[in-house]
Formats: sequence, structure tokens, C-alpha cells
Amino acid sequence: MAVVRDEQVSVRSEDEVVRVRQFAREWAISLGFGLVDQTKIVTAASELARNTVIYGGGGTVRFQALNDGPRRGLRLTFEDTGPGIADLQLALKDGYSTGTGLGLGLSGAKRLMSEFEIHSTPGQGTRVAVTRWK
Amino acid sequence: MTDGAKSALPSLLGRYEKEILEEWVKLQLASDTHRADLVTERDVRSESQRFLEATRTAIANGTDIRTPEWNDVKNLLTELSQSRARQGFSPSETAMFVFSLKQPLFGRIRTELAKDPAALADATWAATSLIDRLGILTMEVYQKGREGVIQRQQEELLELSTPVVRLWDNVVAVPLIGTLDSARTQVVMENLLQEIVNLGAAIAIIDITGVPTVDTLVAQHLLKAVAAARLMGADCIISGIRPQIAQTIVHLGVDLGDVVTKATLADAFALALKRNGLTVTKVAAVSSGS
Amino acid sequence: MERIPILKMGRYLLVTIQVDMHDRLAMALQDDLMEQIRRHHAEGVLIDISALDLVDSFIGRMLGNIAAMARILDADTVVTGMRPAVAITLVELGLSLTGVRTALNVERGMELLDTAREERETGDGRRQG
Repeated sequence: MAVVRDEQVSVRSEDEVVRVRQFAREWAISLGFGLVDQTKIVTAASELARNTVIYGGGGTVRFQALNDGPRRGLRLTFEDTGPGIADLQLALKDGYSTGTGLGLGLSGAKRLMSEFEIHSTPGQGTRVAVTRWK
Repeated sequence: MTDGAKSALPSLLGRYEKEILEEWVKLQLASDTHRADLVTERDVRSESQRFLEATRTAIANGTDIRTPEWNDVKNLLTELSQSRARQGFSPSETAMFVFSLKQPLFGRIRTELAKDPAALADATWAATSLIDRLGILTMEVYQKGREGVIQRQQEELLELSTPVVRLWDNVVAVPLIGTLDSARTQVVMENLLQEIVNLGAAIAIIDITGVPTVDTLVAQHLLKAVAAARLMGADCIISGIRPQIAQTIVHLGVDLGDVVTKATLADAFALALKRNGLTVTKVAAVSSGS
Repeated sequence: MERIPILKMGRYLLVTIQVDMHDRLAMALQDDLMEQIRRHHAEGVLIDISALDLVDSFIGRMLGNIAAMARILDADTVVTGMRPAVAITLVELGLSLTGVRTALNVERGMELLDTAREERETGDGRRQG
């Protein structure tokens, strides 16, 4: 599998969340995703970007265009050095919310994308990688 | 492959290229896979010449066609295979272009290396495996080309076979026909939702009279479409559910929730009219000749 | 900070969301709406989202909150103009938007508000879900 394009941007404020959404839209369009898939990708990006700012204290998101044989994909990796998530199982349970939506965002992003990977260590931070294949 | 064989082929091709070319062209023209209706003798000659020249150059670096030195030969063959496919050649007819080179090549090898049986055997083996691989390449190119055509036709079919029809003010219908697969159902549903917006229709009838079977995935797509329409402010009625499909739905444990279903499109249409506050009444008959 | 304009249309209020919403803007909108409902004794709120190319869980919750708060102030809420791609994504997301009525466009939304009010008034005054 090859990474054909790679770019990292900061996600530390509300305004940057907006920018991440726009970037996600541009990348999705340039990879040839249809409108519905674009919307899913951008919505997942919005959820995860918000989480990174609100719960992770800000972080980064990495955009990667992937080539895996004949299929192409877009991977977004959100990373922060925030408090981390103590109980991942609980957080991922559909509809779980700590009161302001961390869980909703995670399980939502998981449903919208083809692949979902999360690593989190309390006290150290969280990394979420989502991929959508064309 | 010994070094002897590696050096035997290139020098053979170098010294006897003209002769090999002549024999090869003659063979092709005489073969029963030759399509005189599609290609002239001049074309055969020029294509064969280009191929031999390119092969002679490439083979100086060895016979592994995966190395970049063989790119020119591979490109030539790809071009040839694609253009012949377009002209209407069958894949075997195209492949014979390459395979027919064996006879003149083996002939040369036999004549030149008669005194060295080991080298003769090696050179023959090198030549035959090289030509086999190149022949297979032409088949693969042809295959890919056909797959491309099939895919394009499938996409066109998707566009064609799912029209969304306006039945009345505020009412649209989409008659689904044929076996539904995941991809097709999604496209149809997206079209339906878009037409709901375009036509401002708040009632959408999804008629599945023409659908022989429904599986869980398709049922889920239908239900998702209904949910999406509802979110947009429109309502769906599913009609044309045959007894077998009703059975399947129950067996699969699909929960239709509060989606309204009707046995026929006519029933669904009548309901849609009713929801719009309309009824159909019979106009008094006009007697003729009075 | 810019605030989203709220238009008075007879008994109803109309909000057209056209920008990328962030937290502060969403909070301001909710405050402004409740204030305007109270001030004008508005009977309904129309939120037009035809310009939104995405609705995530944050916006979804905002819409649900507005509907719930408006109801407490005796006003109905209708969300209009949701785009197909957004609707499909919301279904996939699993966001149900309960308590939020929807209509294809503002005109239909107003008709819906008219009938909703009639239903509530010809009933015995009990709240509709």
C-alpha cells in the first residue's frame, strides 16, 4: 500500500475545525469521491476534529491519500496529547456521551468510515485513524 | 539460464533479424488466425518489424520482462493488443502475433547452435519462456480492456434503469426493476431523494413489483432511504410487495417499523392522493348523438 | 462576533443557517431565538438548513435543543431544506433528531406549523411529542 499524498495540519481552535472540514472536502473531491461519500467523510472529520479540540486540548490531523492495488482511499489521523480516554469500550458504545458528545462523535465517525482505529492512553493522549475507501 | 543462452539470443536476433522477420511475417499471413479483412500485409510487416527491433534492444539486458529495459516492448504490445481489440480481433488472434514468432526463432537457434546441444536447449528454453510471457501479456491487456468496457456498461445501465417519475403534484414514484444489488440500490435511492427536492414532492412511492428477490442488505438500503426521505420532510410508501418478498422480509427479521406498505402501486397512489386531500370521482357519462 | 439573523414572518420566526457554525455562534443563536420567541410571542420557528452541506452531531444536538426549548415556550419548530447527501449521512450516523419536525422547504414548513398549531388547539391542550 502506498501513500500518494501526505499533509498535516493543526487542529487547535474552532476556526481550525472549520478549516479541517474544508480540507477534508477538497481531498475527498480530488480523490474522486461522490457527493454522498464526501459528506460522510467531511462529517466524520468534523466529529473527530471537534473531539480533538474540545476533549484533547487541541492537536493535529494528518491527511493521506492511499493507493492499495486498484483501490484508492483517504485516511485521516487525529492526534492529541490530551487526557486520553479511560474506558474506550464505553466511549465507543453507540450513543454514549459524557454529557457533551465525545462518544457520539467517535461512534458516529466509526459508522461513516470504512476503517476505524483508536489508541488512547489516559494522561498521554489519543490517536484516531479513519479511512474511507473508494 | 546459462550465460551462453543469455548471449546466444541477442546475437542471433542481431545477425538474423531480417531473415527472422521475413519468415515470421510469412507465417502470420499464412496462418488461419490471420485477419486479412482487418489488417494489411504492410501493417503486419511494420508491426512485426517494430516488435523485433524493440525486442532485440531489450534482450541485450536479459530476458526478465519485469525490468525497465523491456518497457518499450511491453508498451508496444499493449498498444497493439488494445488497437486489435478495438478492431475486433479475438484475444487468441492477437496472442498469435507473439506466439508465431517461436517457429522462425527456434529454426535459427537450431541451425546456429546445432553443434552445442546444451546451449541449444538453453536458448530454446529462454526463447520459449520469453515469448510465452509476452503472449500472456497481450491476453492480460485484452482482458483488462474488456473489464473496462463491462464496467462502463454497468454504470450506464445504472443511469438508464432507474427513472424517478412524477405521478402527480407532490407525488413521485420510482419503479424498481430487476435484481437489486447494493450499489444499484444506493444510486437509485440517491436519485429518488434528489428528485424529491427537485420536484418538491413530499410523497415518494417505491414500487418493487419488478424485483424478484430482496435480501437483508437491499432491505436495509430501502429502509435507510425511507429514513433519509423522512429527515428531509418527505414520506415514502413501499408498494408492489409480492407474497414471496413479504415472507423473505419476515424470515430475515427485517423490521419495517412504521413504513407504510401497499400491495400495489395503484393502492399506493390512491393513498398518496388521499394524503394530498384529493379524491378521484367519476364524471357523469355523456350520451353520444343526443 | 456576527450573529445569525432571525426574521419575523407573521406568527413565526425564520432562521437561515448559512455559515459553518461553531460553539459560540450556536449558543448565541439559541439565546437569541428564545429571546425573540418570548418577545414576539412567536408560535413557531423555521430553521432553514438548505445551505448546509453537512450536519454533524453538534449541529444535530443544537437543532434538538432549539426544538425542545421552543416547545417549553409553546412554539413549534420545523427544520427545512435538508439536502439528500446530508440526510443519507445522518441516517448512517444514527442521529435520529427526535422531536424535530422537517419539511422540504420554508413554504411547506409554514403549512406544517399551521397544521401543528391547529392540531394542538383542537386537541385538549395537551402537548404533542
